[in-house]
Amino acid sequence: MIVIENLKKSFGKVEAVRGVSFKAEDGQITGLLGPNGAGKTTTLRMLYTLLKPDSGTILIDGMDPHQEPIEVKRKLGVVPDSRGLYTRLSARENIRYFGQLHGVNKKVLEERIEKLADILDMQDFIDRRTEGFSQGQRVKVAIARAMIHQPQTILLDEPTNGLDVMTTRALRKYLLGLKQAGHCVVLSTHIMQEVAALCDHIVIIADGDIAAEGNAEELLQQSGCDSLEDAFVELIGSAEGLLS
Amino acid sequence: MSGWTTVFNKEVKENFRDRRVILTSLVLGPLLGPALLVIMFVLMADSTSKRLDEPLELPVAGQQYAPNLVAYLLQQGVIIEDAPADPGAAILARDKDVVLRIPESFIEQWEGGQPAVLEVIVDESRQHVALTSKRLRQLLDTYSQQLGILRLHLRGVSSQVLSPVMIKTVDLSTATSRAAMILAFLPYILMIGAFIGGMHMAIDATAGEKERKSLEPLLINSVPRWQIMAGKLMATSFFAGLSVLLTILAFRFMVQFLPTDMLGVSIEITTAMVIGMLIVLMPMAILASAFLTILASFAKTFREANSYMGLVTLIPMIPSFYLMINPVKAETWMMAVPLLSQNVLIHELIRGEQVSMLWYLLAAGTTLGLGLVLAAVAATLYNRPRVIFTSE
Repeated sequence: MIVIENLKKSFGKVEAVRGVSFKAEDGQITGLLGPNGAGKTTTLRMLYTLLKPDSGTILIDGMDPHQEPIEVKRKLGVVPDSRGLYTRLSARENIRYFGQLHGVNKKVLEERIEKLADILDMQDFIDRRTEGFSQGQRVKVAIARAMIHQPQTILLDEPTNGLDVMTTRALRKYLLGLKQAGHCVVLSTHIMQEVAALCDHIVIIADGDIAAEGNAEELLQQSGCDSLEDAFVELIGSAEGLLS
Repeated sequence: MSGWTTVFNKEVKENFRDRRVILTSLVLGPLLGPALLVIMFVLMADSTSKRLDEPLELPVAGQQYAPNLVAYLLQQGVIIEDAPADPGAAILARDKDVVLRIPESFIEQWEGGQPAVLEVIVDESRQHVALTSKRLRQLLDTYSQQLGILRLHLRGVSSQVLSPVMIKTVDLSTATSRAAMILAFLPYILMIGAFIGGMHMAIDATAGEKERKSLEPLLINSVPRWQIMAGKLMATSFFAGLSVLLTILAFRFMVQFLPTDMLGVSIEITTAMVIGMLIVLMPMAILASAFLTILASFAKTFREANSYMGLVTLIPMIPSFYLMINPVKAETWMMAVPLLSQNVLIHELIRGEQVSMLWYLLAAGTTLGLGLVLAAVAATLYNRPRVIFTSE
């Protein structure tokens, strides 16, 4: 479970995040929806310990990521915006590297790679060097290496960016599976369809601030609109930077 | 397996898979430096022996004014040629190396018993001409001396009057120490080996990681950031050290083919010398790696990092140049200056001198110390967002 309160972060004079608060429960998919540049990535980076907030508190399963970064990172599986792979290593070696870094026992590690390769349908390319992989193949490897230590909480930054329809559907199915298994899943996106299809809890971020929060029904009520898409546009104040 | 060993293993494995990098940093790099030294050596030996053995071809202007001198030169095996119309222009145009001009005034001065002027026309700034001009001057000196002695004898004076002092040089240089003179650039070649060997790894592990967008995911793993950096530094040091070792071995191998007899020098790289060089150079490999890593960490792309590296290869040249222009005796304080100490010590080693333990310790200690300080700085770099993210 993630609890964020009044989170703030500035870069020089630019206030990227100004007072974001929300809660992401276990067994739910929480979606951060907002146009590009709204502060989603910065918020996530503070969650996964790479950026230090100026003020505000973050608790992930009761721990502060900046007090106990190693412990928190052990519980986090992250697919960040950057999902570069090592092109001179095979997909399996890429995943194994991250597993070793997390200190996963050798035998367990090989079993988990096999299992993830099955679930994510990677058997065709698991032993190929990742040079020249398609976007879809790369995202699958990035997800597998983020899940290799079986984290309770999963953060995904724009996970379906650049994916074809087939892969997107497979990814959604996978995330729903995680939710059913009781994981806490947080994803950021600027695609309205995605939140509508996946998320139990929706946090709308615009201009570094929370514009609205709740499940689909609550958001419809708040905005007084008939469709979710209209509600999003209404709540953010503009459709700029969003995709239906 | 701890964090840094995992990182080390992965970086080394990945780098070994890049054939072009292995070819340049571990094959061509270690071969090129020693090969250059050998080629320099061979060319030097070749041109010296050729010019000493070849008959001297000498254009002489005004031969008619000093037939005796011309006869003497012919007797000495000089091939007399007719001088070009404008000797000065011919020298400047590099058609001729040296021209001897006998002025018309020669006869008058000669007969008057005054020193008769001879002109050796030469461009002294042209290096390879020096030997020819020296040979000619020696011939003329001998001629002048012989005639002087003859004249004294005619007047009944002993020729010893002319030599109140006799100079005798006792040359204590050994064949080994003369070789060291020729090998002045070996320390530079070995040190550059450390830089070239570590360079690609340093860039790939830092700027490369950023460029291919794998740094952010890497740092989200539950490993302290300094351990990740430590693994990268170890991998870079590994390649830097390996490159130094291969360069030394390549040099030891190639030395056998040097025409050392021709130059009257002897070069032998004993196993003890190889070990001495390794003690001197391994801390250098760590220092170079830490420095390269820091530099490359601030670059956003491979290209940017590469452009810094070009300048870096000039750094180890500084002490080599300093010692070439200003050759000084090895002293203890020099051992405390990284780069300089390696230079001086490798010189001492190839001169066949005994190097004291204190010097080894001091040189290795200060270099390693500075290397570790830089490594500690590098280890903190991944705490800075500016180093992690290409854009925010």
